[in-house]
Amino acid sequence: MKQAVYYKSKKILINILIHVFLISVAITCLYPLLWMISSSLKTQDMIFKDISLIPHQFRLENYVLAWKEGGFGRNFFNSIIYTVSVVFGIVIVSSMAAYAFSRLRFVGSKFLFIIFMAAMMIPIPGSFVALYVLLNKLHLRNTPIGYILCMINVGLSTSIFLLKTFFDKMPKELEDAARIDGCSKIGIWWHVAIPLAKPVLAVVIVLNALTVWNEYILALIIFDNRSFMPLQVALQSFQGEFVTNYPLLMAGLTITALPIILVYLFMQKYIIKGVTQGAVVG
Amino acid sequence: MLFKNLFLSIFLLFSVIGCSEQKVASKPTINIWHWMTDRDPAFQELAKKYEALTGVKVNFELYAPSDAYSQKIRAAAQGSNLPDIFGILGEKRDFASFIKAGHILDLTSYMEADNNSWENSFFPKALAVNEFASQNSYGIKPGIFGVPIDIMTIQMVYNKKLFTQLGLNPNRPPKTLQEFLDLGAKIKAAGMQGLVSGWGEVWMIDCLANNYAFNIMGKDKVLATIKGEVPYMDPDWIKVFTIFKQMKDSGILAQGLVTMINKSAEQLFANEKAVFAFNGSWCVNVYKGMNPGLEYGSMLPPAASEKYPISIWGGAGSSFMVNARSKNKEEAVKFLVWLTSQDQQAYLATATNNLPANKNSLSKIPEVMAQFARGMDYATHPNVWGVSEFSMVIEAFDRGIQSIIIGEKTPEQVADEVQKIKERELAKKRAK
Amino acid sequence: MKIRDTLENYVFVLPAVVIFSIFYIIPFIWVFQLGMFEWDGISSAKVFVGLDNFKEIFLQDSNWWHAMWNAGYITLIALTLQNALAFMLAWACDREIKMKNFYRVIFFIPPVLSEVVVGMAWRFIINDIDGANIINRSLISMGLGNFAHNWLSDPQTALTTVAIVHCWKGFGWGFLIFLAGLQTIPRELYEAARVDGASAWQSFKKITLPLMVPIMVLVVILTVLGTMQVFVLIVSLVGGEFAGHTSVPVLRILASMRGSSRFGYACAQGITFGMVLILISFIQYRFSKKGQ
Repeated sequence: MKQAVYYKSKKILINILIHVFLISVAITCLYPLLWMISSSLKTQDMIFKDISLIPHQFRLENYVLAWKEGGFGRNFFNSIIYTVSVVFGIVIVSSMAAYAFSRLRFVGSKFLFIIFMAAMMIPIPGSFVALYVLLNKLHLRNTPIGYILCMINVGLSTSIFLLKTFFDKMPKELEDAARIDGCSKIGIWWHVAIPLAKPVLAVVIVLNALTVWNEYILALIIFDNRSFMPLQVALQSFQGEFVTNYPLLMAGLTITALPIILVYLFMQKYIIKGVTQGAVVG
Repeated sequence: MLFKNLFLSIFLLFSVIGCSEQKVASKPTINIWHWMTDRDPAFQELAKKYEALTGVKVNFELYAPSDAYSQKIRAAAQGSNLPDIFGILGEKRDFASFIKAGHILDLTSYMEADNNSWENSFFPKALAVNEFASQNSYGIKPGIFGVPIDIMTIQMVYNKKLFTQLGLNPNRPPKTLQEFLDLGAKIKAAGMQGLVSGWGEVWMIDCLANNYAFNIMGKDKVLATIKGEVPYMDPDWIKVFTIFKQMKDSGILAQGLVTMINKSAEQLFANEKAVFAFNGSWCVNVYKGMNPGLEYGSMLPPAASEKYPISIWGGAGSSFMVNARSKNKEEAVKFLVWLTSQDQQAYLATATNNLPANKNSLSKIPEVMAQFARGMDYATHPNVWGVSEFSMVIEAFDRGIQSIIIGEKTPEQVADEVQKIKERELAKKRAK
Repeated sequence: MKIRDTLENYVFVLPAVVIFSIFYIIPFIWVFQLGMFEWDGISSAKVFVGLDNFKEIFLQDSNWWHAMWNAGYITLIALTLQNALAFMLAWACDREIKMKNFYRVIFFIPPVLSEVVVGMAWRFIINDIDGANIINRSLISMGLGNFAHNWLSDPQTALTTVAIVHCWKGFGWGFLIFLAGLQTIPRELYEAARVDGASAWQSFKKITLPLMVPIMVLVVILTVLGTMQVFVLIVSLVGGEFAGHTSVPVLRILASMRGSSRFGYACAQGITFGMVLILISFIQYRFSKKGQ
């Protein structure tokens, strides 16, 4: 009896410690977000005078102002289009390539893979100028397609790397079964590999969505037309040369952070689903 | 299958949008790229006015922050895609490079037309920043290549209310360095912060150090040092470095000054936590936004020596240049003439709290700004000296002062290091 | 048949290779050869200087190597602190505990926030001069006043503080990837171990760790690559290089590009940086292969 109680209380103690640990980390994560939201509800002169998390008055109109002054409507829409297109593009292109590197044999596969990996590691400073000139020559400069293609390239190496690592770990039995059933390579890729890789795909999606959503400098340099600009560029207009309109900036940043949090919320379910749906061998 | 269709349709949609045609305009449109977020609304207003007046459409496009703007301009220069009017942020050296590459229109003839009427409407110091004098070291043929649209000076400001609290006369700010340093102990005892400034952004350190250099040894010796004729080990330069040590020791500098960004410094001054600030005339607008009731005045940095006058940096705040390859050159110049005329300058000054570049617009601005404007008499600016110091030397110089302030190096050590780098750069130059 | 087979294989990698060649290889070559020129980024005149830029980096540019050292320091802290934290949190969330979903969302908030907000918020928490400094205030109220410190403006602690904030911002990624990895370990293995009488620690050692090794290698490589390139956070926390105490390679490259207008030199620095990163990754890779 005594032993059972001992083990049970040990278990409870461990559980409590784990919860304390989790909660304290969670608090540090939440604080800046709450600070951002509470600042967005204050007025310019109160922001640094009043440091409490709960503002004295709730200036919800800051959000409306931020939306209007930042010209958010169009730019928000643009950001969504770019993010969806790029993520979609990367998922298809990188999963195909990763599958090939992992499972298919062809000349130069190792060489190509190493090149992709090397690309991940060599940042190109001043690549903006190079891309600008390049897109200019291709007549793709002031166009959404040009921007989307550039951004697909940005996330390509890392996504291929992530996916290949997971494909390598994948049990081969299912693929063999599908092949025996007469499935073509594309079919195996689409019907077997992709569903199994759902957790990793979720990570790839979130990673790239975040990158594209938060990108602004390439967009600013490549686009001359205001109506093509993504959200982040519009946000920068609150950070004046000399005067920063903090409440509106915070409101803008909050509006900007929300969609990504939603994407994450949606994707993280797939990480769980991937386990329950994925065929487990053994 | 659904996905494939979706993807294809998005692709097609964007190919269509991507190939949008250029509309052919009947009257020319002038494209202006700028970085001045705070002034964008005022610019848009003026654009509308101009269109109503002349039928010429003016398109102001804002690209901020200024770092990103610079990159965009450089990329556009590479791709030969510069707009009709734009600005060049950075040093005179970069300005010179742009001119040599053929991107900038020479405005001298326009300035000199009608008996120099356009030229004379400006404060001479504002124009000087956009001018290349004869026999300048950049190899540019003499002339005026840009148009200032405002002026600014970088001075000190002090909080009048805190002065009264400390028992000081709010109308009599410290005139000498010693008076200034003596306040350090008093301020600390009262639990306030002394001087705040954005010294995390090294150029502001450079500015103040240079002000004192002019004060201690005079303009000629400073320029001689840049040319390499006087070493940084010279006792006068050690005096300059020592000033920062003295400021640190006296406690007049605010805590964490070396990591402060200017915006934080502005907040601190606006919230009356600091007694002094070293900032530019744009701060009038900033402080107004953060604390409309702030009582403050401007002052020159307190002089360290009586030999030469204390100088401050001032000149053109922001300037516009015309693209030499633009198809609408004449219209662009006409617009700039209009923009810098008396009424428009007065409008900009009151709307955005920046000092007008047109000297005839002064009568209409608020008092504290007028105080700043009076400082123009003492103003100078690196872009008018005709020589530039090596950027590696400037970097070592500024970082050295940061080290002095945090107590890591002595003035002599820093002077020595800076001189070494100077000699290395000079040797490289001679070897070319 | 064979040819058709091979061609099919190539089709898989074709889109990636095409995009990559156009948007990475071409700019890369342009930048690479620029490393051998002296160019200010504006004029049409470029002066060929051969390997002089590289010589200068290796022999004279002490600022550069100091920046590298700083970046290495931050990376080291990221590898240990950040990843240990991420792993522990992932492991804790992998178990069947309440509020799992809540935590999963909360932990991903730091990566989502832009570096601007993170910098501003953390400045507020740890370094506003007037002691809005939450940490110092609580230390003082707890009677531990001597521990109160100006974490960001003290040159001794600035870099470490930046490193810690970076960890805070970055652990969400490691958490996500570790969690994804933990979730793919079949539950049956744990069940079988439990039935066999293995303790929690033993099943962790024998099942979890070995299966997670490839994931850990992945995370380590990604951490190193991502952390070495840090710079926006530094600018928003301490305003710049703080007399060299918080220099990092990317800031040095930007300084060459904009400050001294030496585009060619900046490219050379970028190439050097890339080479160092490749070297480190290669060593890591060899190490992990040996371990397996």
